Amino acid sequence: MTILTYLVCYSAAAVFLVAVAIRIHGWARMPMHLRWELYPVAHEGARAAYGGSYLEDSEWWTAPRRASRWSELRAIVPEVLFLVALREHNRQLWMRSFPFHFGLYLVAGCTILMAASGVLGAWLPGLVSGPVGGLLRVLIPVTGHAGLALGLAGAIGLLQRRRQRPLRDYSAPMDTVNLVFFVIALGFALLAAWTVDRSLATATQLVGNLATFTIAPLSGSGPAVVLPSLAAILLAVLAAYIPFTHMSHFIGKYFAYHAIRWADRPNLRGGPQEQEINDLLDQPVSWSAPHIRGDGTRSWRDLATKGSEE
Amino acid sequence: MKQPGSLNDMSRRPGQPLAQVAPLDQVPLPPPFDSLDDEPSIRALSEQARASYVTLDDTIAVNIERPQTADEERALVSAFLSGLEKLFSVPDNWTFLQPLEMSIEHCAHCQTCSEACHIFEESGHNELYRPTFRSEILRRIYFKYVKQASPLVHGDIDLNWEMVARLIELAYRCNLCRRCAQTCPIGVDNALLSREIRKIASQEMGIAPRELHRDGSVLQLAVGSSTGMTPLVVKDNIEFIDEDTAERTGISIKTPWDVVGADILLIHNAGEVMSWPENPGAFATIFTAAGLSWTMSSEIAAFDAINYGVWYDDIQFARVAVHHAAAARRLGVRKIVIGECGHAHKALTVVADRVLTGDLNIPRESALVVLRDIVRSGKVAFDAGRNDFPVTLHDPCNMVRLMGLVSPQREIIDAVVPEARFREMAPHGVDNYCCGGGSGFAIMSGHNFADWRHHLTGRRKFRQILEAFAGEPMTQDQPKYVCAPCSNCKGQIRDIIAYYDAWERAGIYYGGLVELMVNAMVDARPGFIDWEWH
Repeated sequence: MTILTYLVCYSAAAVFLVAVAIRIHGWARMPMHLRWELYPVAHEGARAAYGGSYLEDSEWWTAPRRASRWSELRAIVPEVLFLVALREHNRQLWMRSFPFHFGLYLVAGCTILMAASGVLGAWLPGLVSGPVGGLLRVLIPVTGHAGLALGLAGAIGLLQRRRQRPLRDYSAPMDTVNLVFFVIALGFALLAAWTVDRSLATATQLVGNLATFTIAPLSGSGPAVVLPSLAAILLAVLAAYIPFTHMSHFIGKYFAYHAIRWADRPNLRGGPQEQEINDLLDQPVSWSAPHIRGDGTRSWRDLATKGSEE
Repeated sequence: MKQPGSLNDMSRRPGQPLAQVAPLDQVPLPPPFDSLDDEPSIRALSEQARASYVTLDDTIAVNIERPQTADEERALVSAFLSGLEKLFSVPDNWTFLQPLEMSIEHCAHCQTCSEACHIFEESGHNELYRPTFRSEILRRIYFKYVKQASPLVHGDIDLNWEMVARLIELAYRCNLCRRCAQTCPIGVDNALLSREIRKIASQEMGIAPRELHRDGSVLQLAVGSSTGMTPLVVKDNIEFIDEDTAERTGISIKTPWDVVGADILLIHNAGEVMSWPENPGAFATIFTAAGLSWTMSSEIAAFDAINYGVWYDDIQFARVAVHHAAAARRLGVRKIVIGECGHAHKALTVVADRVLTGDLNIPRESALVVLRDIVRSGKVAFDAGRNDFPVTLHDPCNMVRLMGLVSPQREIIDAVVPEARFREMAPHGVDNYCCGGGSGFAIMSGHNFADWRHHLTGRRKFRQILEAFAGEPMTQDQPKYVCAPCSNCKGQIRDIIAYYDAWERAGIYYGGLVELMVNAMVDARPGFIDWEWH
């Protein structure tokens, strides 16, 4: 059981990290697209309050461009943490989705705290035996229990919503399976925590060992070890699975905002975008309609600089 | 109310409409138009039209002829799939590949977007018009028939010619206003997907509404303007407009043409010249009074700011944008200023920004900014008291939500309309609703399409207008002005006012922003706005 637990957890972590990295790389290496921003654009600073842009300025191309990263953070952090857009536009769903997402954040945070506890215990044991360790021993069960409970409640709520029209009509079977997976994994973890690991000491030991690459049996025996181990396996497999589904929107959302909705950087003559645009304009076109007749040899530039051929 | 029961209905019930909306299915308008019983119905399509073209709902936008043989049916499906594959290739669709993939991959099907869509709302929540209906079909076709993925993962969908043809028709039941995208918690853009479907149809299959393609971008590139005006005709018309405007204002103007080295190349939507000549006349009056160095161009396509490609075809879009920029390059102007036309603003300023490089990359600026600067400069004196009537402002989606141009038009109105007379619509600015004419609808009126758009796409804007003027006497002798600084919006607002006879019955009139400015110009004769229905 011990070896299996470590093996699954390490494998799942590796799969998760590699899959996320591939996803990020995939989005990041996509070619520049035509501008398609959507206002308000957060980095416009004070103007973002009413949705204004630098295009309101007289001869905007003559002024240095100011993009406020602080304003972006002030918009994106509440959006990620509290799902502001959903709360504003779909309160019924937000009441289910917010606890689900916030619960997952707490579980992730709890896992990081567990790992920190393990690392500190190995490298700075004095620190763990002092107030820092005391704080961790309070924070870990609070975030863990709260996260699992919120996540489970949210997942059940989302599942119930998913089975109702109109969501049901637009969902694939796997959408339901995904939520059931969450309910099972979070529910089992919560059950294990409440029954045999209320302080999450066993889970903390497991994650700490994983973080310090210590392949050692967990303290205790019977259900006190088996249940937390099974919970860890389920959660690890779930984490590894997420990047392969549309739930990887936690990656896509970054690009949706920064590479599309807020991507308002102008292409100034002789500026840094021009070469890439020129390269893209030289891409061959194969669209077949009569007014294009792209044969794979003529480029966007060729076609754009000629009149309609129909 | 007739509506589809499932996505797969799109491939079933051949020849039958999947959705129909009757006035009684809709929410009543505010007074004095609040009786559903008195509302005109959408006129029925002719039997010939139903027999000839694919049937989706109450109307027809694209005129996709029904295939006559099984081979033709297969060819239609095959061409669609070929185009769909090209949408996901870098060479063929680098222009929108990243936004497309984002919207295809990450929809959580939460339906948050639906309530933001004025068409879905005003249809009485008819499922066919839900923003995700067409998106989900496209998504499932892509995953099942292009990616060969399991329907268990991405959902199942049947595919036949009826599905393809109806999906293309359905892409023309969206105004591309992107209000739905604004509400998406993840960043999925259903309007973009509508446009991508339109691109498959146009760029691969050669299918597009006649008004947008043959009589739109093709005509513009051939003779100079989708109105059919040639350089000679437009110069004649503008000469007449100059004379007429001078008579009305008492200010002599002469629109300059093809002036090499001018500061500004001003490009109007040529529809203004044909339908609202007071608009280019007002621009010439203000620019002359402010002492600007400006010119218009008589080169092909450069005297018409429209760029219909932005609604359906990237190649046509790029061709028109290059024509506009090339004309400016030849004249050696410092900047291009785009007149009161929303889609032209977005097309040339924002979307074409990554098409125009080198010496074609000439700065583009909104006329609203130039007009705002004239107000700020104090070079032209205005008397807001001359606009002593209720005014509300329509925000063109392309200018506000898609460009962030929100404050210049309000600053102008502050200067030329008494504060107590201005009423904001609710919502407004970047949260506005489309006029209902967006994405080409304002110029599309084949069969009974105009009826359909009045009942579904334009109804929310008409509702907003009536709400903005609530409390005002709804009679013609108490005229009220809907200011719409965009040609297409103005056309749509004109049409819906006419449809409900709202000028006669409620005194609701419409016009542009620059007309309000000239109406308030101290040096001009009073009464530039003539309150005569055109």
